[in-house]
Amino acid sequence: MEFPGIVIYWIIVALMMAGLYIVIAQNNLVKKIVGLNVFQVSVFLLYITMGKVSGGTAPILTDGTQLYSNPLPHVLILTAIVVGVATTSLGLALIVRINEAYGTIEDDEILEQESDS
Amino acid sequence: MIEAQLPVLQILIPLLAAPICIFLRHPVATWALATGVSWVCLAIAITLLQQVLASGEIIYEIGGWAAPWGIEYRIDLLGAWVLVIVTAIGAVVMPYAKLSAEKEIDRDRLYIFYAMMLLCETGLLGITVTGDAFNLFVFLEISSLSTYVLISMGSDRRGLTAAYRYLIMGTIGATFYIIGVGLMYMMTGSLNIADLARLVPEVSQTRTIEAALAFLTVGLAIKLALFPLHFWLPNAYAFAPSVVTVFLAATATKVAVYAFVRIIFTVFGAINILHDVAIHDVLATLAICAMLAGSAVAIYQDNIKRMLAYSSLAQIGYMILGLSLNSDAGVSAGLVHLFNHAMMKGALFMVMGCVVYKIGSAKLQDMAGLGKRMPLTMAAFVLAGLSLIGVPLTVGFVSKWALIQAVLEKDGWWPIAGLIVISSLMAVIYVWRVVEVAYFQTPANGNLEKDEAPMSMVLPMYVLVGASIYFGIDGTTALEIAGDAARALAGGHE
Repeated sequence: MEFPGIVIYWIIVALMMAGLYIVIAQNNLVKKIVGLNVFQVSVFLLYITMGKVSGGTAPILTDGTQLYSNPLPHVLILTAIVVGVATTSLGLALIVRINEAYGTIEDDEILEQESDS
Repeated sequence: MIEAQLPVLQILIPLLAAPICIFLRHPVATWALATGVSWVCLAIAITLLQQVLASGEIIYEIGGWAAPWGIEYRIDLLGAWVLVIVTAIGAVVMPYAKLSAEKEIDRDRLYIFYAMMLLCETGLLGITVTGDAFNLFVFLEISSLSTYVLISMGSDRRGLTAAYRYLIMGTIGATFYIIGVGLMYMMTGSLNIADLARLVPEVSQTRTIEAALAFLTVGLAIKLALFPLHFWLPNAYAFAPSVVTVFLAATATKVAVYAFVRIIFTVFGAINILHDVAIHDVLATLAICAMLAGSAVAIYQDNIKRMLAYSSLAQIGYMILGLSLNSDAGVSAGLVHLFNHAMMKGALFMVMGCVVYKIGSAKLQDMAGLGKRMPLTMAAFVLAGLSLIGVPLTVGFVSKWALIQAVLEKDGWWPIAGLIVISSLMAVIYVWRVVEVAYFQTPANGNLEKDEAPMSMVLPMYVLVGASIYFGIDGTTALEIAGDAARALAGGHE
């Protein structure tokens, strides 16, 4: 395959790695959730991209079009978005509780308190 | 006609019961509902197993839409068997849950606890019955999200951070899994597992499918806590409410192993992926590291729930080692261990639930004199502990024997049999530490008065202990089913 190949895949991989890096490197629990969201969204883009059929239109029945993009990946990603929202809200709810219990949302300070107790 | 609908009822009944719990709110009423539902689920699972044994694989098309366009539920022998394991644990845990949960969870949040238990069971059962790779992801997330909530309900604040860390790891794992499914869809245009098994071999030499396999393996390895992706597990098990730990330890990782088997042996079965790619050696190496590291770290734990969690990591190592052997004997040993470990680890965590109920601590030093104070509970610990070690006449022996035999079948693999024995000897050490403190030390305050846990907790515990002895003496039923399931899986690449 010639370089650079399909450009959108490069964008997706860059987003994916950026998201994963934020999850690993950030100390703040909320920022970790943000990173997780970036990571998940890159996967949504991956799915939506692969549904595109070159030359195809949106998958809506109209006169005069023969070629449609594949709607199935879009539907799958609707489900995945719902899962993503549920995960994010649960994660944020846990952060609120963690903040109540520890008085901080910085990972290193939490670890310090846990090693003391 | 109802028989034909059983595969979907298996999922729908607990799924619908969960929101009803939210409406009922009354702690005892929700408990009664959850218990009833868990028993109905067990009855359905046993009926399904009988149907599968009598007439082979069951295929159920959701809404009458034929696969690969519709979602189908597909229950083969392995699936039916995992259903029975999960529902049986659910049915034993629910009666036990009442007192234990009342003690450890706020009374006004109990209804959420039962709703989440039911949702978690729904997710686990869904993973087992579904024949669709994307549907599997949805059920995986249903079970995971409810698990995060369950873990955070513990009275210890460390439960919150354990739940948060598991949420991060679990979401990364599940997302890796959908990346893998997406890449397979890209090459084959199908999400149906049986259909994928047919289509993947044609394109198996492409980089896309190789990347898909890598993502699927890593994603599921996080979910099943394979060394070195296990960091979420010990704290999650140690600080979750005791009942939750019993249920998760006995079912959640088992179902993740099942999903892994589905991907590796069903989807990639026809190209015999374990043989062609180095994944075989990688899995075996990681499994052995898990066996040794898990057992070794378990020896140094003061919190006994945490100790048992590390022991679980070692046991997962045994299962994955069996699977990575990629022979009928190896796979069936791994699957038998899946069943056996569910019983013994369930029983052991139930013991800890009783201990926490009575003395409010899972620390080793607080357990002094418990052999006299809670004789029934500690006797159960000894029996289940013997099974964990692998003493003859217990289930632990059956599966370890099968595993060692399978290892010896492979040329040049005999040193691994030695490592299995070493890991078992380490289990002797960590089980003995507890026995020694409980039976041969007197507590600082000299209190040796008998103070047994309530019968509603002791009885379910002894059901599991009894089962682990019964199947240890008569291991043939489980071995036969696992053997048949392993041969059916291997059928893909012959």
